[in-house]
Amino acid sequence: MADSSDIAILKAEAMVHGAFAPSDYLVIAPVALCFLFGAVLLMLRKRVDWHPFIAIPGFALLLAADLLLLRKVASSGPQTMMMGHWKPPFGIAFTVDMLGALFVTTAGFVAFAAAIYATGSMSRTERRYGFFPFMFLMMGGVSGAFLTGDVFNLYVWFEVLLIGSFGLLVLGSKHEQLDGATKYCFLNLVATTLFLITTGYLYGLFGTLNMADIADKAGRFENDGALLTIAVLYLVAFGMKAAAFPLNFWLPASYHTPRFVVSALFAGLLTKVGVYALIRVLLMLFPQQHADLATLIAWVATLTMLVGAFGALAQSDLRRLLNYFVIAGIGTIFAGLAIGGAGGEAGSAMARAAQAATAGATGAAATGAAAAITPLLPGSSGLVIGLSGATFYALHSIVVMTALYLAAGMAARIAGTASLRSMGGLWRSQPALAALMLVFLFAVSGLPPFSGFWPKYILVRGTFQAGLPWLGAAILVTGFLMTIASARVFALAFWRNAPEAEAAGSDEAFGFQPAGKPSPVLSMLPLILLALFVVAAGIAPQWLADMTDTAARGIVDPAAYVGSVFGGGS
Amino acid sequence: METALSVVVGCLFAVALYLLLSKHIIRMLLGVVLLGNAVNILIFTAGRVASVAPPLVPKGAEMPLSAVANPLPQALILTAIVISFSFFAFLLVLAYRAYQDLGTDDTDQMRVAEPENDGLPPLGY
Repeated sequence: MADSSDIAILKAEAMVHGAFAPSDYLVIAPVALCFLFGAVLLMLRKRVDWHPFIAIPGFALLLAADLLLLRKVASSGPQTMMMGHWKPPFGIAFTVDMLGALFVTTAGFVAFAAAIYATGSMSRTERRYGFFPFMFLMMGGVSGAFLTGDVFNLYVWFEVLLIGSFGLLVLGSKHEQLDGATKYCFLNLVATTLFLITTGYLYGLFGTLNMADIADKAGRFENDGALLTIAVLYLVAFGMKAAAFPLNFWLPASYHTPRFVVSALFAGLLTKVGVYALIRVLLMLFPQQHADLATLIAWVATLTMLVGAFGALAQSDLRRLLNYFVIAGIGTIFAGLAIGGAGGEAGSAMARAAQAATAGATGAAATGAAAAITPLLPGSSGLVIGLSGATFYALHSIVVMTALYLAAGMAARIAGTASLRSMGGLWRSQPALAALMLVFLFAVSGLPPFSGFWPKYILVRGTFQAGLPWLGAAILVTGFLMTIASARVFALAFWRNAPEAEAAGSDEAFGFQPAGKPSPVLSMLPLILLALFVVAAGIAPQWLADMTDTAARGIVDPAAYVGSVFGGGS
Repeated sequence: METALSVVVGCLFAVALYLLLSKHIIRMLLGVVLLGNAVNILIFTAGRVASVAPPLVPKGAEMPLSAVANPLPQALILTAIVISFSFFAFLLVLAYRAYQDLGTDDTDQMRVAEPENDGLPPLGY
């Protein structure tokens, strides 16, 4: 407890005076825009016909703000805005670095695509229940989680996005939705409560919740056992949010029950928020504890990948199959988080030495990076390679999983069912959709020349360099199994002729309702948008790899992040 | 004081987890309530407990005149109470709707979304 003289000093120094520059507001613009549009749409809840005309410009504006923020962070480093003019670490900090900016921009991109798709696929009655307001509120929570620089604030954003996702999940109140939602809600609530418990311990230990402050203090902290406890609890809490192996059961129980567009948003964004929080908290705040836990993370990653791949092989419903693809993707990202820290003390020390050696060469590497595509990340330590690959894969996974669910929704609407037993003949009737689906299936399996190939390449290379060949083998085996599952989807739903109609009645197609008026333009446009990213990141991956590399360096060495909060954080 | 509260928190967690492990939703709901309260007391304890004045600044003074209680855990708990209350309200309605619709509050029998004996996908065509 601070005595009174301390308080006097703190009081004098706690507040800053002087206005924010207008460009500072860019840091909170994604969150503010989401809540503004969500509130406006809520007030206009009687006029659902207006909703798409307000929501789509709203999401376009959100994407524009995200892109501006990304450009600002890319050109001038991490940005901080302190709420209410309090000085750090007293006020709540919104700090955005390259990692947060990349995630928030990708999230804005898929939300924009999903909003266009929803306009084409949702009937008026379904919009009446408030689809777009819920979507804005959920996006506000997701954006806030990517931008905040305060651990307790991160918890609050988790709850905001969770309550938005509850609303989207039960929209329509069909039997299977209520069933799936019950499991989703209870398990996710337990996960966020565990997050809160751990945050309580963190506060008890550090007396601060500001991430930059903790990152600064954790390095010279003696109390190793307590820190390791906190790190393990965070790993469990965020692993549950991300649906990593022993804690993944809520995902296949619920993600196939709501509307396809809702599934697409969930699959793209929600698990990745857990991954992002794990990177932010475990890798940035507790690097030493992360190194101790790396072997555990490697095992979790392997089992998650295999559960996802084998689960996908066993499914006959298109969306339940995609649920397991999400889990396999999470496993692949976790594999990246296990690289570099593995080998415990020695590996970590080596990584630090390599990082110190490369710190001087960063400028040179940035200018000469375009020279060679093959190494993608020249002169990086194992930790940076793994984290960069994981970030790349997470961004790819956000886009591709959203695209797959949207494409599956369109296929199911045309075929009248989402069961692989009774789908068929779509190649002949919908060649454009089939071609796009093939692109996304190639990408999710990690086949070139699409976006899934390069991060897997980085990760497999990283595992071999880090002395974890079995982890690399697990990534490759998972890719192989996912290729088989993808081939089955394409062969059954698209390639073969439509089967006899008698089988169709016997299958339950989850959450599927034959919509009144399919709008081909509004359904195809978002798919083409998402496919553009998949192809661009597949054919020319260097620009994205450079950005994820910067993001990974910012996490491994958070000096710029800390400096942004405590240095110029006006 | 912290030790006594820690024991209370531990007991609350034990009861909450026991209830959450049940397969009946009504017991899980009670577990969620207890879990929320256990976390609140945990944060309160983590902020250290002492018999001191409330954190109020007297009129005309620039700062508290004596040692005061730590206000931050109280702010955190207030946020957590509001969140856990609203979530509990939502879960209550959801559980009731699920009970009405599915005719059971036994999670083992809630197999609408994941039917048993779903069978394998077609292995060829």
